[in-house]
Amino acid sequence: MAEFTLPKNSKVRKGKKFPAKAGARNVRTFRIYRWNPDDAENPRVDEYEVDLAACGPMVLDALIKIKNEIDPTLTFRRSCREGICGSCAMNIDGGNTLACTKAIEDCDAGDVSIYPLPHMPVVKDLVPDMTHFYAQHASIKPWIRTQSAPAPDSERLQSVEDRKKLDGLYECILCACCSTACPSYWWNPDKYLGPAILLQAYRWIADSRDEDTGARLDDLEDPFKLYRCHTIMNCTNTCPKGLNPAKAIGEIKKLIVERKGV
Amino acid sequence: MSQTARPLSPHLGIYRWRVNMWQSVLHRLTGLFLCLGALWLAWGLFAAASGADAWNAFADFCASGIGNGLLILWTWALLFHLCNGIQHLFRDGGMGFDAAQREHSQTPSYFATGWIILATSFVLTALVWACLLLRVKGGAA
Repeated sequence: MAEFTLPKNSKVRKGKKFPAKAGARNVRTFRIYRWNPDDAENPRVDEYEVDLAACGPMVLDALIKIKNEIDPTLTFRRSCREGICGSCAMNIDGGNTLACTKAIEDCDAGDVSIYPLPHMPVVKDLVPDMTHFYAQHASIKPWIRTQSAPAPDSERLQSVEDRKKLDGLYECILCACCSTACPSYWWNPDKYLGPAILLQAYRWIADSRDEDTGARLDDLEDPFKLYRCHTIMNCTNTCPKGLNPAKAIGEIKKLIVERKGV
Repeated sequence: MSQTARPLSPHLGIYRWRVNMWQSVLHRLTGLFLCLGALWLAWGLFAAASGADAWNAFADFCASGIGNGLLILWTWALLFHLCNGIQHLFRDGGMGFDAAQREHSQTPSYFATGWIILATSFVLTALVWACLLLRVKGGAA
């Protein structure tokens, strides 16, 4: 059920301010969500002034600089720094994206606000708890399911045309930017699968080698799992890989109608 | 190990509102408002069936400032819900999802349709009321 305000323990308070060192030439303020599980305090927003003259171009560069030089307690996930692992997904400048591929100069003028992915339980600072999201992914059985026996001497082959149907689907890195941008997922995260998982579901439905399309559609034909999508389009607009989860969901809905023979 | 309950990260309050989110919220609000409009319509029909006194009470309410305001709002709510509903119809057919021009400074096509729907609903409301006012004036003359 939709709850538009944050619970009492989640209300964000004003935090500390870390001014730039004297002599900084190009200062930009980063307003970053902080929450420490080891004290009983509410979350707060700390302000860090960063000298961009001595900082890499991406938001992740600024986060690493803050952690290295200003405040080592700042906690966030990161790994590949090139948009392929999805670890540094967070809410930057009002939209979900990867900190490593979001340029600081592409943020709107003024302070850069950074929050964890929206409407998620927070483990610490910018680190959300992804357990439920991954469990939802597992629930669609995201692997090839077949009924026919494989050829004894070769792989299951796919034509070039059939392989092309997976373009725009296989690139998903499960960073959860889209799902946590979706108001429907905010209000029904327990029952609605959300755009990322539905795109993954469609990735297997669209795969010519998969032989379990019927069962996959049966599983999805549910008022909550699939039909909480009201085509708000936040998912497509926010995907850092430029994919179109809304369209994939639309395709699933279409297939369910079509197999009824309408 | 800490026993502190995990907070919920901020959502509505920090996410950047664009036309698509307003569309979605307005579609629901206008839908609810139109349910009230259906009650109002039922009142009108009952009044018309129950005689001159009842009808005059209904007509007086409609002619009052509040009545006029509600009628204009209902007109807009109906037209917005209709236009947005047509977009939903296209989306149900798998159309209108394309993300052409998703670059930073440009409006993607699925946002452009949002603005077009909003503008169309206002223009149509103005047209309906212009026609009504012209008819009322013509009738009086």
